[in-house]
Formats: sequence, C-alpha cells, structure tokens
Amino acid sequence: MEEEYLPEYGPKWSDQRAERMLGALVCFVVGLLLALIVTVFVKAWPSFAHNGLAWFGAGGSVEEQLNQIYLSGLEGANYVYTFHAWTLIWSTLLITGGAVLLALVSALFVSVFIVEFAPVWMRDILQPVVRFLASVPSVIYGLLGVLVIVPFIGNHLVTEPQKASVAGVISLSGYSLLAGVLILTVMIAPLMVSIFSDGLRAVRPGWLEGSLALGVNRWRTTWKIAVRSARPAIVAGTVLAVARAIGEAVMLGMVSGSVAFAPNPADGLIFIYEPSRPLAPTIVKNIDSLGSAPSNATLFAIAAVLLLSAAFFSMAGWVARRAMRKYGATA
Amino acid sequence: MESSVAMPPPSPSPAPAAQKPPTGAVEGSATWQLSDRIGLAFCWGLGLLFCAIAVAIVVYLLIQGLTYLKPSMLVTPAEAGFSQSQTGGFSDALIGTLIVGTMGIAIALPVGVGIAVWLVEYGRPAGLARITESTIEAIAGIPSIVLALFGTVIFSSTALGFLSRTTEGIVFGRSFFAAATMLSLVALPLVVASTREGLSAIPQHVREASYAVGKTKIATVRRILLPTARPQVATGAMLGLGRIIGDTAIIVVLLGATQNFAPVGSTFPLNYLRGAGTTLTNFVYEASPTGNLNQPQKAYAAAFVLLLMVLALNAAVDVVHRRARKAGTWSH
Repeated sequence: MEEEYLPEYGPKWSDQRAERMLGALVCFVVGLLLALIVTVFVKAWPSFAHNGLAWFGAGGSVEEQLNQIYLSGLEGANYVYTFHAWTLIWSTLLITGGAVLLALVSALFVSVFIVEFAPVWMRDILQPVVRFLASVPSVIYGLLGVLVIVPFIGNHLVTEPQKASVAGVISLSGYSLLAGVLILTVMIAPLMVSIFSDGLRAVRPGWLEGSLALGVNRWRTTWKIAVRSARPAIVAGTVLAVARAIGEAVMLGMVSGSVAFAPNPADGLIFIYEPSRPLAPTIVKNIDSLGSAPSNATLFAIAAVLLLSAAFFSMAGWVARRAMRKYGATA
Repeated sequence: MESSVAMPPPSPSPAPAAQKPPTGAVEGSATWQLSDRIGLAFCWGLGLLFCAIAVAIVVYLLIQGLTYLKPSMLVTPAEAGFSQSQTGGFSDALIGTLIVGTMGIAIALPVGVGIAVWLVEYGRPAGLARITESTIEAIAGIPSIVLALFGTVIFSSTALGFLSRTTEGIVFGRSFFAAATMLSLVALPLVVASTREGLSAIPQHVREASYAVGKTKIATVRRILLPTARPQVATGAMLGLGRIIGDTAIIVVLLGATQNFAPVGSTFPLNYLRGAGTTLTNFVYEASPTGNLNQPQKAYAAAFVLLLMVLALNAAVDVVHRRARKAGTWSH
C-alpha cells in the first residue's frame, strides 16, 4: 500500500497502533512456530545423542526397545535410550510411497478429466465429491477401514496357504499395508486433484489452441501441452500430499495393524498383506508413556523426524508453487 | 491461487469459455487413436470411482447410523458397562466437540484474520512478511500429532499449568484449553489463506476511495475491506471448523482417553474447560475395534453424527459461495 494514500490529518496514532498490534500478533505466531521447532528438538536430543545415526538404523525389536525405555524411566537413574527406528521408517516409506504413487496417477487423470473432458454435469458432481472426500475426518476413514476394508482383505484376498506360510512369523488378519495404502490414497488424492486442476486451468489457452490448430487431437494436446506446462502444480500437489501422508497418525494406527514389523517386498506379493506400523501412529500408541523421561525423549525424537520431513515437503511445495507463480502459469 | 490446505471452493464458472479448446467441428473422432480412447475411458472410470467411493461412504454410514443411532444416545453420557446396551450414549462427546470447535475457532478466527490483514494491508518490513508467509505454510504442514506433543509441553509448564488438570501437583497438560489452543493452530492456515484471498481480491480503488474521504487505514480495513471479504472469512472459518472437529490425534493426546467430562475445581464453566473430556472423534477412535471400548455399533452411530456435521459445514460453505457469487463479491 502506497504511503501517499494515507491521509495527512486525523487520528494517525490509532492507525500506527493498529499496525504495531497486528505486527506483534504476527511476531507471536512466528515465535510460536520457532518455539515449537526448538522445543521438539531439545526434547528429542537425548534420544538422538545416545543413538547417533543408529537411531535410523535397523536392529532388535522396536516394541522391546520401547518397553525397555519406558521401564527404565520408571525405575529412575539409569535411563535406557537404545532405539532403532528403521522398522517404523520403512513402514512409513512403504505406505506413504505406495499411497502417493497411486494417488498421483489417479489424481492426474481425474483432474485432467475435470478440467478438459468431463461434461458439465459430471464436473458439477465431481467437484463437490472431491471436496467431500477431503473433508471426511480421518477417524471415519479409519473406522470404515477397520470394519469394512480390513475384514474384506482378511477374509477374501488373503488365501489360507498364504496365512499358513507366514504363520510362525506374523498373522495375516487383514490389518495390512494394502489397507493403509488404499485408504490413504483416498485421503490424499483430493488434495492433489484440487492443486492439479488449478494448475491445468491456468495453462495459457493460446498454447493449447496452437497445438489443436496443428491437428493434434484434444487428448494428446492435453497431455503434451497442458499437463507438461502444469508441472510445477503437479510437483507442488504431490509434495504437499506427501507431507500430509507422513503425518497421518490416527487412520494408519487403526488399519495398519500397529505391529512394529517390516514387510519385505523380497518375499513376493504377500508383503502387501503384512501388518506394520509407521512413525506417526507409534506416537499415538505410546502416548501414555510420556511420563517416563526416556520415553518422552524417544517420542519427541520420532516427532522431530516427522516435523523435519513434513516441513521439508511442505516448504518444497511452497517453493514449487512460487515458481509456478513466477512463470505466470497461474491466473 | 487456492490455498494448499483448503479444498478449493467450487469453481464459480467451469473454466472460462476462452480457455476451452474449440470442440466439435474442429476435431473428428477419427484422430483419436485407440490408446487415446483407452485413456479417456480410464478418466471416466476414475471419475466414477471417486463418486462411487463418496456415495459408498455416505450411504454406508447412513445405513449403519440409522440402524444403531438412538436419540437417547445423544443425551446420555457414556457409562461403564459390559455390553453395548449398558454403556449409555455419547452426549459428553457431542458437547465436547461443540466446545472444542467453538473455542478453537474463537482463537483461530481473530488471529487468522489479523495475520491476513497484516499480510495484505501492511506487510512491512517485507522480510517479516515473507517469514510470516512461510510460517503459515509450515504450520499447515506440521502433522497434528507433533502439535499435540508440543501442547503437552507448553500446557504442563508452570506458566500455563493452571489451565489443566492437576493431581497432587502433577500437571498432565490435558484439558479443553490445551486441546482447543492446539486445534486452533490446525485451523489457522485455512482462515489466513481464505481471508487473504478475499482481501487481495478487493480492487485497489476501493481502498483509495476510502482514503480519499479521510478514513485511516485501520478504519478502512474494519469498515470496508473486512465486510467486503466476509464470505471468504466465513469460508475460512468453516473450513477451519471442519478441520478442528475432524481432528483426532490432538484430542487423544491433549484431552485424554476418558469418555466423560472430568471437571476440575468448582467454578462453572472453568472447571469443565480445565478438565479432561472427549469429543466425537475420540469416541469413534476408542469405540472402534482397535480402541479401548470396542463398541462398533456406537462407533458407527457417533461417526454418523460426525459425518452429518461435516456435511452440514460443506453445505454451508456452498451456500456462502453461491450467495457471494450472486452478489458479485466473489472475484474468481
């Protein structure tokens, strides 16, 4: 806002005071975020300090380690911090990766459909549907997962020989990677669709018309011109969806089986039926052990990893969208 | 630009006509090869699949909800019992959701509007504006479970401990105050994004006209700009409210795993707000087969009520949009 539009007379002080108060509010929120980051890392430090890089490595049973950590906190002085989170990290990678891949493909097709090909009546149905899917609380997705998807996988998809083949190691009851990935896909795809469609709508019509004038059909034009020039939006939508997926705690805690087990793709396709537990649900599950100092540090260490990766991805999305604005790709 | 976290409002006009490639006469279907046709069929299939999933969720919960929801559940608190018929209803959870929603939005709305006003109308120094923008973006990206853990720290600190339950000097940091404050952070980015969008859509000459008749900047904001942006502010608030009542992780951590109000002290209503409690999301979480209560029928009933609330909020957003578009105050 230009300076010269300010009136020369009148109670200027109240204007200045308003600016200062709003500025203070803004500083407070910025400070709160800094406090959050600092607090999480300070609280997490003992766990990282004791384990070093082995924190991210594999070794031993995570459940056993968490239990030892908790008990040592109750006993007093000799705190145990040994914790190797690879099983949890691996589960997070598998579930997030699977869901983001599935969601990327389906969201891309759906947003192309919404923007270019759907008849008006279909578009008028699809847009509210996408908004609805994004606004369903995760606990409802979790409940439907537990009561509908999980039993279906357990009773119909997993065969008896498959159950028998891993009987000594883990039980395949339907709480699985597959259930987590499918439901997470439905949860993050709407977010992607909304950002992808924004990007596709903002493509300059001249570029599309040029391609059409050369005799390229609408389908090819859309994919070769529109989708390619909306690439920043696609990157932005994808990384934001990754950030959301990493932080999803409640739904995954309900359907993923909540067992610290690392499904191994080398075992064949059966690994998608195996249970696991990502990082975020681990915090929810062990929340009652917050009172024990070493457990507290360990949970905060998990939170720090989540915070860092989610922050990284949402900042990446922000940068991508700024780049998009610089291109003038957005309206 | 739509906010990254908010779902877009329904696009006012389905992509301006100028952007649509010419159809019909220009292009014969002969140019469509088989692979293109398969691709388009795939589009249709996925679009219909999305619709089918949404319909399935609504219809399934509707059937289960109507089967298991009894009006008495809405007015009876949860009780300990051995079977689903003895354990009462979830009135405490319902009231808890209302309390948390009201308190959360009561914090998020003024703060969010304030930040948006500062960003759009003041925004000096520019460095601070850029930091604020990325702060809001970062808050939107923080997983709510991390916010919850942070909440346990600040609300069990000595400065803010009085807001939460204390037992023999031990502060648990679990209370409606704690949960609502952290939940307001969940709603904040949505309020900021929506309000900002509304404010920046107001043409510059409106401000100039106001300054020309001698209004100060803050008076312009209060009397002209915010009233004009009211639909967007309302949208932001409702999107935020939807996120607040749908959040589970923060509630489970900061409000406690109880299914009843646990008032502390005697001053009404502070005793309830300082105590632990429950919300519908927490009830559904605990009543699902993976929770502590394991009463799937009640979980369905509570989930149905929760879904109705979400649907009502969605519908309200739609109504606000339609009205604003009719009045011509929605710009894009």
